[in-house]
Amino acid sequence: MKRYTKDRLRRSMMFVPGNNPGMIRDVHIYAADSIMFDLEDSVAYTEKDTARFLVYNALKTLDFGKKEIVVRINDLSSGLGIKDLEAIVPAGVHVVRLPKTDSAQDVIDCEKEIEHIEREHGMEVGSTGMMAAIESANGVLNAREIAHASDRLIGIALGAEDYVTDLKTTRADGIELLFARSMILNAARSAGIAALDTVFSDVNNEEGFIAEATLVKKLGFDGKSVINPRQIEPLHRVFMPSEKDLNKAYAIMEAIEDAKKRGSGVASLKGKMIDKPVVLRAQRLIALYEAGTRVDDQED
Amino acid sequence: MDVKKIPHISEIGNHGAYAGIPAKSVSTFDERTKSGNKIVENLEAAIKASGLKDGMTISFHHHFRNGDHVLNYVIDTLAKMGFKNLTVAASSLAGVHAPLIQHIKNGVVTHIETSGLRGELAEEISRGLMDFPIVFRSHGGRAAAIESGLLHIDVAFLGAPSCDPYGNANGYSRDDDDGIACGSLGYARTDAKFADKVIILTNHLVPYPNAPFAIPESDVDYVVKIEDIGDPAGIMSGATRYTKNPKELKIAQTAANVVEAAGYFYDGFTMQMGSGGASLAVARYLRQKMIDQGIHARFALGGITSQICAMHEEGLIDKILDVQSFDLDAALSLKKNHLHQQIDAVYYASHLHNSAVNKLDFVILSALEIDVGFNVNVLTGSDGVIRGAIGGHPDTAEGASLSIIVAPLCRGRIPCVVDHVQTVITPGAAIDVLVTDQGVAVNPSRPDVAEKLTAAGIHLTTIEALRDKALAEVGTPDPIRYTDKIVGLAMYRDNTVLDVIRQIEE
Amino acid sequence: MKLKVPSTAGTAESNDIMVALKPAEAGGIQISLQSNVMQQYGRQIRAVITETLQSLGVENAEVDAVDKGALDCTIRARTAAAAYRAAESDDYKWEAKK
Repeated sequence: MKRYTKDRLRRSMMFVPGNNPGMIRDVHIYAADSIMFDLEDSVAYTEKDTARFLVYNALKTLDFGKKEIVVRINDLSSGLGIKDLEAIVPAGVHVVRLPKTDSAQDVIDCEKEIEHIEREHGMEVGSTGMMAAIESANGVLNAREIAHASDRLIGIALGAEDYVTDLKTTRADGIELLFARSMILNAARSAGIAALDTVFSDVNNEEGFIAEATLVKKLGFDGKSVINPRQIEPLHRVFMPSEKDLNKAYAIMEAIEDAKKRGSGVASLKGKMIDKPVVLRAQRLIALYEAGTRVDDQED
Repeated sequence: MDVKKIPHISEIGNHGAYAGIPAKSVSTFDERTKSGNKIVENLEAAIKASGLKDGMTISFHHHFRNGDHVLNYVIDTLAKMGFKNLTVAASSLAGVHAPLIQHIKNGVVTHIETSGLRGELAEEISRGLMDFPIVFRSHGGRAAAIESGLLHIDVAFLGAPSCDPYGNANGYSRDDDDGIACGSLGYARTDAKFADKVIILTNHLVPYPNAPFAIPESDVDYVVKIEDIGDPAGIMSGATRYTKNPKELKIAQTAANVVEAAGYFYDGFTMQMGSGGASLAVARYLRQKMIDQGIHARFALGGITSQICAMHEEGLIDKILDVQSFDLDAALSLKKNHLHQQIDAVYYASHLHNSAVNKLDFVILSALEIDVGFNVNVLTGSDGVIRGAIGGHPDTAEGASLSIIVAPLCRGRIPCVVDHVQTVITPGAAIDVLVTDQGVAVNPSRPDVAEKLTAAGIHLTTIEALRDKALAEVGTPDPIRYTDKIVGLAMYRDNTVLDVIRQIEE
Repeated sequence: MKLKVPSTAGTAESNDIMVALKPAEAGGIQISLQSNVMQQYGRQIRAVITETLQSLGVENAEVDAVDKGALDCTIRARTAAAAYRAAESDDYKWEAKK
């Protein structure tokens, strides 16, 4: 059985440093759609082994409910990435996040390693999902090929800190990321996978965070990475549909139901025919709304 | 005139016929206050004058918290004077009172009554330091015990940041504060009113009248000026800050939603917040709801913090009833805001009256532990050692229409939702809702609340499920081993014995 | 697994445990433990450390552990990491989740 679902809500992906037992233990209580345990940049080089043991044991032991569990591994060229995969694939990670993806070949190489490990442990081949983080000019220009490089990919993400350095600029109002975001978004959509935006690191600047989240939502992104639980609620609020849009979506779905009852293949609303993209958009909007109104997503 | 001939005169209270006034004083007010006042040269003299004897009960307040220097100074003095066998009835005790250990060992103090106990003294007592069990009472329980005579105070030693020569004492001074302000003297006021003799110890003698005053001169017998009543930094710090801990914020936000969904958030509602990180933060989320919905509160009660005062100044809370000010901002608000009212312990929470706690719509309270019967412990740690205070917990929980406990499911490896609490301080019958970071449980005694919360989309679980979840996360702890010796009694607010605390086995 | 050098793993943060290992020739697994939850979980912490070392084939070791309320899975992770460090080995034996 696949441990990942391609089509699911990914408004928020909560970053958790892989060597912090307290945060690893508590992260499941927050409303993030996905949790990402990090073995890469947040872990000191001398602690790569201890973090790997910690995430491995946490994945095998702790209950994270229905959340999507992602682990960011070190890049394969460092030699650490393979060691990370050897631990976290058998531990049952849902999705492996590959950092610094520059080309389709990076994805293919990583997939090969995952497949090898799955076979070794008698796991179903293909049960582990992947996502690729694009963090360079090369990666952005290769976004389309990257997005199509593996069936396991659930999405591609922008890693902005390395990217702006590569571009010889710094994070500013968002204009510096417009091209990368547009490329990544279009590449993701062309492959039918999720487009995920980068982190906003000033936790105390809620206004700036909301502005950035609003921008990426307008562009069409599925969601964004968060580095503090305090960012989750404002982010989900941004992704909450407006009442007007929501009412329209419900009206569309009602019209579809009516048409079905009448045995008619053609539904219309206020004299306008409802075509497929309109229905898809309405369904998506309602799903977002229902996720956003869940006051508490705890299970018994 | 022959008074006796007046009809019915024997039925009218009087002292006979008028016979002229005593010699009228013609000296200036300034001259008069230099004599005929209540100032005694030092503490020894005041103690001698008070008639204190071995075996009597002396009382203290805890408005100086961990910055208090009064209690240690008084007991040291009593020890030097050779007193033995005294009962210390403090409204609460803190870590700073560890020197009491010596005075217990040398027989000066043989019995203690308090709301709480912390630090070294608490450790020693949990290990069996005293023969006589400590009596723990809630703030309301203590007030009721004092006013009913169950707890008789022979001499009250009350520290005051300002006092005039006649004994009008307060927790601040509108003249000027001399480096120390503690805000409300709510607990001290009850002691002053009912104690046989009252000695005010102040570092700041102000000219008569010290208006406004918490304790009126009619309740005071002696005034002693001392250099040092306490350490301002330990008494209170500037403003209590809202927690940034995301887990506490999550709990607080859920609790605010629970209040609203349960129907106790309406224009004119009344509330109290406990002083823990999560319970205080509920105010932050309620504030937003109040602004968004144009709702205001009639009053906020209790231990008062800067957040409550800020909401008062914003016009969101009409009045503040303040038995104890938790931070300097609260003390300053009491000083400047005329609708910020100082109240005493009886007014606050005595069960002998329809006291202020009975007028609460809701209270948000913390817990060290809560068990599947919704019984709450705020006094003993999970290792059986005393490390907390009852405070107004059972008083407000019983009084309020909706009593919400906010607690993490676990603290570190310690589960907070358990089968049996170490010590029952507030019985489950007084608790309505438990809000944790991992789910909300409603006491089965409140199906009405459960129904409303469910209707509002708040997912409910059972307290048993929360206990199971906690144990699944941290593993089942080994039970704490106790000896048979009883080291403390936890009294309910009506001063019946609710539970006992035993000596921990080493 | 044979321990060759002294090692440590873990931190002094809450929810963590710092495990220090020293190779020993005999005497089994000797644990010196400090914990802020000693009364409630001291027995369990010792058991998890011993079990983890034994499962790695470590028969003799001196363990010095300072616990700040770590969960069992953290104790296992820190103990195993310390053991591999002490053995100067990266021949990890990962097992699939059941």
